[in-house]
Amino acid sequence: MFEEFKWFPDQASTVAPEVDMLTLFIVVVTVLITIMVGVLTVGFAVAFRRKSESYVPAPWFGCVPLEIFWTLIPVLICLVMFSWGVKVYSSIVVPPADALDIYAVGRQWMWKIQHPEGQREINALHVPIGRPVKVTLTSEDVIHCFSIPAFRVKQDVVPGRYTSMWFQATKAGTYNLFCSEYCGTEHSRMIGKVIVMEEADYQKWLSEGAESGQALQGRKLYTKLQCVTCHTGNAEAKAPNLEGIYRKHIPVSLIDGMKVKDGTKVFADDAYIRESILYPNAKVAAGWESIMPTYQGLVTEEELLQVIAYIKSLNQGQTPPRTEETPTPATIQNNPTKEVK
Amino acid sequence: MATVSLESRPYEKVSDHDSSHESVNYLNHDHSILSWLLTLDHKRIGLLYLVTITLMFLLGGALAGAVRLELLTPKGDLLAADTYNKAFTAHGIIMLFFFLIPSIPAVMGNFVLPLMIGAKDVAFPRLNLLSYYLYFAGSVIALTALLLGGVDTGWTFYTPFSSTYSNSYVVVMAVGLFVVGFSSILTGLNFVVTVHRMRCPGLTWFRLPLFIWAIYATSVVQLLGTPVIAVTLGLLGVERTLGVGIFDPRLGGDPILFQHLFWFYSHPAVYIMILPSLGLISEVISTFSKKTVFGYHIIAFSSIAIAVFGFIVWAHHMFTTGISPYAAMVFSLLTFSVAIPSGIKVFSWLATMYGGSISFDTPMIYAFGFLGLFTIGGLTGLFLSTLGTDIHLHDTYFIVAHFHYIMVGGAIMGYMAGVHFWWPKITGRLYSEFWGKLSAGITFIGFNFTFFPQFILGYLGMPRRYYEYPDEFQVLNVFSTAGASILAIGYLMPMFYMPLSFFFGEKANSNPYGATTLDWTDTTSPPSPHNFEKTPVVTEEPYNFHGKEAAVVSH
Repeated sequence: MFEEFKWFPDQASTVAPEVDMLTLFIVVVTVLITIMVGVLTVGFAVAFRRKSESYVPAPWFGCVPLEIFWTLIPVLICLVMFSWGVKVYSSIVVPPADALDIYAVGRQWMWKIQHPEGQREINALHVPIGRPVKVTLTSEDVIHCFSIPAFRVKQDVVPGRYTSMWFQATKAGTYNLFCSEYCGTEHSRMIGKVIVMEEADYQKWLSEGAESGQALQGRKLYTKLQCVTCHTGNAEAKAPNLEGIYRKHIPVSLIDGMKVKDGTKVFADDAYIRESILYPNAKVAAGWESIMPTYQGLVTEEELLQVIAYIKSLNQGQTPPRTEETPTPATIQNNPTKEVK
Repeated sequence: MATVSLESRPYEKVSDHDSSHESVNYLNHDHSILSWLLTLDHKRIGLLYLVTITLMFLLGGALAGAVRLELLTPKGDLLAADTYNKAFTAHGIIMLFFFLIPSIPAVMGNFVLPLMIGAKDVAFPRLNLLSYYLYFAGSVIALTALLLGGVDTGWTFYTPFSSTYSNSYVVVMAVGLFVVGFSSILTGLNFVVTVHRMRCPGLTWFRLPLFIWAIYATSVVQLLGTPVIAVTLGLLGVERTLGVGIFDPRLGGDPILFQHLFWFYSHPAVYIMILPSLGLISEVISTFSKKTVFGYHIIAFSSIAIAVFGFIVWAHHMFTTGISPYAAMVFSLLTFSVAIPSGIKVFSWLATMYGGSISFDTPMIYAFGFLGLFTIGGLTGLFLSTLGTDIHLHDTYFIVAHFHYIMVGGAIMGYMAGVHFWWPKITGRLYSEFWGKLSAGITFIGFNFTFFPQFILGYLGMPRRYYEYPDEFQVLNVFSTAGASILAIGYLMPMFYMPLSFFFGEKANSNPYGATTLDWTDTTSPPSPHNFEKTPVVTEEPYNFHGKEAAVVSH
């Protein structure tokens, strides 16, 4: 049991040294204060121990300068810790724009991970060294937490929404991936490995055994789930064209069934696309009727990520042609389409 | 504090050492069982709480023992995974809701508060008894939930696990906590009114002992915070039984909303546990140093400040949930604001000891232990209010160590100091100083042995609530489990020597420590059924050890 023991966790990401420096600073400050309190307590206890039962010491009611001193000094220390903490926190929460996108879905009790290139893995996450990686997270059931101590980062994985975290690995090796939000019986077995590889090894790994790219898998779903019936991207369209909408501000007319004023826009990020598939009436694009059926229960979180990856990749004129083997969704057939603009 | 009676009376009348022997007191005036079970006397109700919460503490402690034993080895071998999950859940629920929250307020507060303010009882004695029975009923319901099969959600009941996925007795437990919550609300209400309305003549706000300030601040928190958890647990029950979508996203709810509501109560609840200890330690340090408390006003206001700040820092439990980074920054800054009044208290206690005449009676040894553990617990909180480090430490054993330092190291050491301090008043007997000091020492050592390694475990990354763990964490877990067995001895010792002293201990005089507050100076040990023979009249600030009466009394 002593062989595996270490005093200090692996330091394997760009933010890890920043977190460790800040930790070291707080350790030094708090240890000094603890020693001071300890020495004073013991010192006073010894120096002022009761020597005579009848002796009553003179009272000391207060001393304003002293009290100002021990209020202001801690305030200053706290402000330094706060500001330094915010600085490190900014490094932790703001991902660089060029980060590699990876997707992870948590469920009781495993991690399912998808790479845009199509690799899928369970309880393992392969990442290249020296490149920022952004992980978009969601859960199929309860709250989990994607935690990599060697990188000093963690992020709760919340059902019904996307959260994200990023890191840039600096040292090749294998590190623990923990679920650190209690999630039921086998919470402590929801453990995976993060494997940090050299870029060349990573590329080799990516090409091994991948069925097809994540976006390509999404394209199959796009026809299978009959999205293409309405989102045709041409004059026959009964629903907005999805080409090139990713990360654009698009105008909407209805939010949760309420009319909003003209010119209201929403940002078409992963969360918006996910919401539009599961709750089509939440935010309806301006100029279109809200006729889309919900896909709740028809599509898994993993499939959603693939569809989103596909929509992300969809450029001008790339919407696939409609094929006859994909009939129109039942709910739409019942709706006369004439009113649709 | 020194007092004068309405009529002049000889000092000996209250302090002669055999006063408790023959005279009628609250313990011996009626021996029937019903006179205890239906008592309206705040002192007897305090003792009912003392017995009940001690039983709950033993149960919670046994569960902690099971958890620590399981963690001795990396593999799950002693308990089944579900049993382990239910054990730590039950440990948390029992220790927090059924031991720590009622500990000092309901036991010490009930016994001492009216004595300290020169009142015959609390403002609403019947409500006080109702509070006890609500606590009792809540305990019975909670224990029923455990006997039926337990709850496996963790004491935090995070949704949607608790509302949809858990197959355990969540609703029964929620009902138990709902009921016990009302006990807490009514006790808080009772104490607030008592402090406002029942102070004896001359006892102005700034003549109140600091323990009263702390209990007052605590009561306000109980009154304002507890309804929120009651409603939250109610909503959880509604979602779980009726399927109304509140927290589960599948039903259109928001799981993070639950955390906001839960911590809006449960963070202030930490102050319900620690604030009374802070006040109590002021009494102990002052009495055993024979010195007035340094910076009385600042300490009194710092209790209020901690209570107020306690309500605006809840989201620091949620930095990793994906809340807005700007919200996280605001809550981080606000969290630091709690550190300042806590620091002021510690420094003021040191200044109180400075130049004093310090004796090392058992309560003082516990208070020394409190000082050390509360300081470490408070300072390690800085790692968690700092955003950059909290992300790494959140939900690891660092958190477990930190809050045990505050809630066990701080609150329970304070509670033990209080039980020992007022034991001669409660029973009229002295316990063995030797065993008392030994238990305080063993508790302090065992505590550090148990929880200090967990700080390192947390930094190494070991998550909380793990039933199995990677091999590299074993060494520190072995240390921690070994420490827990020492700690258990420290806690078990008073279970023997305290009850023994109740029957065989040396008789205590009315004020064995030469304390200055009314509970010591104006009552017998044990007090008479109506506390005071004459309504006390207070003429000066507290902690005057030079006063005529106080100066004469000694061991």
